[in-house]
Amino acid sequence: MPAPTKQTYVGQSLPRLEDRPLLTGQGRFAADISFPGQWTMRVVRSGVAHGRILSIDTRAALALPGVHAVWTGADVAHIPPIPFRLTGLKALEPYRQPVLARDIVRYVGEPVAVVFAQDQYVAEDAADLIDITIEPLPAQVRAIDAPGVYADDLSTEPSVIRKSFGDIEAAFRDAHAVVALELSVGRHSGVPMETRGAIGRYDEVRDILEMHGAAKVPHWNRDTIAQMLGRDRNSVQFFEGHVGGGFGIRGEIYPEDVLVCAAALKFRRPVKWIEDRREHLIAANHSRDQTHRIRAAIDAEGRILGIDNEFFHDNGAYMRTHAATVPDLAAAMLPGPYRVPAYRVAGHIRLTNKTPAGTYRAPGRYESTFVRERLLDAIAAKVGVDTVEIRRRNLIAKGAMPYTLGLETLGTHIVYDSGDYALLLDKTLAAAGWDDLQTQLQNRRAKGELVGAAVAMFVEKSGLGPFDTVRVEVTPDGIDVITGVASIGQGIETVIAQICADALGVRYDTIRVIHGQTDRIDRGMGAFASRVTVMCGEATRMAAGKLRDKALRHAAQLMQTGAEKLDIVDGEVVRIGGGPSMPLFELARALPDGLSAEDTFESTHMVYPYGVHVAAVKVDPATGAVAIERYVIGYDIGKAVNPRLVEGQIAGGLAQGVGGALLEEFLYDEAGEPLSVTFADYLMPTAREVPASTILITEDAPSPLNALGLKGAGEGGANPAGAALAAAIDDALQRPGAVTRLPVTPMRLKAMTSG
Amino acid sequence: MTEKSSITLTINGQNHAIAVEPRRTLVDAIREDCGQTGTHIGCEHGICGACTVIVDGEPVRSCLMFAVQAEGKKIRTVEGLATGDTLHPMQQAFIDHHGLQCGFCTPGFLMLAVGVLEREPDIGDDELIDVLSSNLCRCTGYQNIIKAVRAAAAEMRK
Repeated sequence: MPAPTKQTYVGQSLPRLEDRPLLTGQGRFAADISFPGQWTMRVVRSGVAHGRILSIDTRAALALPGVHAVWTGADVAHIPPIPFRLTGLKALEPYRQPVLARDIVRYVGEPVAVVFAQDQYVAEDAADLIDITIEPLPAQVRAIDAPGVYADDLSTEPSVIRKSFGDIEAAFRDAHAVVALELSVGRHSGVPMETRGAIGRYDEVRDILEMHGAAKVPHWNRDTIAQMLGRDRNSVQFFEGHVGGGFGIRGEIYPEDVLVCAAALKFRRPVKWIEDRREHLIAANHSRDQTHRIRAAIDAEGRILGIDNEFFHDNGAYMRTHAATVPDLAAAMLPGPYRVPAYRVAGHIRLTNKTPAGTYRAPGRYESTFVRERLLDAIAAKVGVDTVEIRRRNLIAKGAMPYTLGLETLGTHIVYDSGDYALLLDKTLAAAGWDDLQTQLQNRRAKGELVGAAVAMFVEKSGLGPFDTVRVEVTPDGIDVITGVASIGQGIETVIAQICADALGVRYDTIRVIHGQTDRIDRGMGAFASRVTVMCGEATRMAAGKLRDKALRHAAQLMQTGAEKLDIVDGEVVRIGGGPSMPLFELARALPDGLSAEDTFESTHMVYPYGVHVAAVKVDPATGAVAIERYVIGYDIGKAVNPRLVEGQIAGGLAQGVGGALLEEFLYDEAGEPLSVTFADYLMPTAREVPASTILITEDAPSPLNALGLKGAGEGGANPAGAALAAAIDDALQRPGAVTRLPVTPMRLKAMTSG
Repeated sequence: MTEKSSITLTINGQNHAIAVEPRRTLVDAIREDCGQTGTHIGCEHGICGACTVIVDGEPVRSCLMFAVQAEGKKIRTVEGLATGDTLHPMQQAFIDHHGLQCGFCTPGFLMLAVGVLEREPDIGDDELIDVLSSNLCRCTGYQNIIKAVRAAAAEMRK
């Protein structure tokens, strides 16, 4: 028989392999996992933003039937504070969070005690009976205020991130003009639909401590919790089930993860903790919350000569696992797609009495893109050219690629690997019908409507190394791809299967991608920084290629022909040109050690996708509401493995970007009392607020740093949304620079239009 | 509050005889006492809609209803949507239009959309968006959910 033609999977918008169990109620999210005899853990949290714990009376709680135990800080004093995973500056270490507060509480929501009980209802009753007396101390609620005392000789400003290149003094000395702005991005965060959850379980027979409900970075978390509890890493195993959204915040080590593990060990019982939504909104990582004071030196044509920026990053009450990551990224990624000959930044890391902060989709970049793009708009206004033209004048040229920025972040030198920024600007404006749009808007404004449009540009980063390892195995049921990355709902099982399918020569739906299981692969980096498709994808391609070579070599012997005369098509080793064939699984069965291969992709540089957002809005002066009438996104990600999933990532990111731009904000009163503790106060966009968007995925600049040219696609939908919407609102109001603060809530906008 | 009542919940045609406190929410009873974990809990204050089930033909937030209030009523959850291996048109449409990512909010959206379309098969586009805006999704940006529901509506009218 003739050999069948080979299907190509990479580049196709194929249906997801993940969907069916999720649609039929068969998902395994953290709350869905239960073990016989399990106890429920409930956290008792501080109701005071800053204060000294005078007493904790647990007697009434312990007397309640069904309550097994109560822990306070004294019970876990032997457990060290939670260490840093990224950007862990030494100066930040004294600010790490203990798993339960000792002596001092530093934010409303801080864990002070935990109750272990037979079920959730009893545990909550018991938690209410715990009487905590706290003597209030003055609360610090604004990061722009002068630093205060954190503890003893510690300031609330542990460190200042400084980065620079070029001669900034000369840039300002020689400037034709200087543009200066003060801009703020509010406090908001990922807020996944699944709250956090963790189940600790100790298997006494095998002496293995297990944590179920792992997410994002199971291997690092496993190693770290093992270390914190004084156990060998191989005696602790983490298991990832389904994860109901990640967005940066889910899956970092929080106090509760450590507590369920410690309790499972201590009590020899499975211990389950599921967060409720109120807890989530005051206890899981917040993000953003920066104020920037930026100045640009420009020449007469509006070309940037230098940027000098000072910003204040409100990290809340503790430095959690991300340590300085968010302010570091804000500082390092601020220059974006523009030629900036000289740059200087000072990012003040400040502690306040609010919920601790960490990364959220496009961390540091949502903020610094807002600031940079507001700056470009202000430069345009200063020199009297339009906002598109000012960008064209400043863009880094295609010929300058690869472009060494002269800054470092996440332990890597920033080198934009490839890009044609001007081309994408042209394409996106064309897709948006920019020129016609301008005419339409002018006509409508002449009739009194407050309508406007704007453009924002950005460079993203993705594919953070340093490595990913993948093992590909032929099994009787198909192909297993085993990896140390994680799924947070983004579709990695499908995308990795597509890459493996092409490299090996099998159908993508015969591939099972196994992730987030520390007992299946010794090391792994997890899912963050838009790294999975790039790093795991390339490792998969390499391992599958190795497996293919191995299979052909063995098959050649069995089939008594040369390996070069064989191919693998749909899981069958076939003779090129036809003849008898052999299924891969039979070949594997015929080999004493089966058929598998492992490979590791290492990378010391990130890869840099880039994009353009165009927003058109209408402002309702009566209500202060913003209706998004048109939204077009151009994003060059080098190579789209599954374009429909890429569009899904971008559209989802946009929804979150819109939320942060117009609605979402964690507000506090002067005493540090959180005011956004339900979904009635913390407003996330619904199907009404999120616009239909046109998404243009381009592949004009494949990355030279991996074979498929891949760049990550996870964060470009969110990154410049605040910047684009702010500028579109300015345009609608015909007041350049009017928006200086996100979110532009109806109340704030109404104040602007009536003021 | 710890006095338990014996009740029977009828979920997807199956009777579950359980004993619950009066304060136990319907969603906790469905998940913990009846073992049907496809219905998810997202906020427990009636806003996100992840826990939406169909009770006597109406989509309801099962976090805002007590289990004892559901006795004698017909409860439908996501586990009952498919017929054997054949997916409900709504489930199939969510696959076809990439209407889910993490999948956590999905059962709530499925039950909301099915409940409303069974009642109002010819619902207008704008009204449909109003209905869908009663649930929250954090992954998709909603457009693919809207497309999927429109496609399923057309299929369900056949």
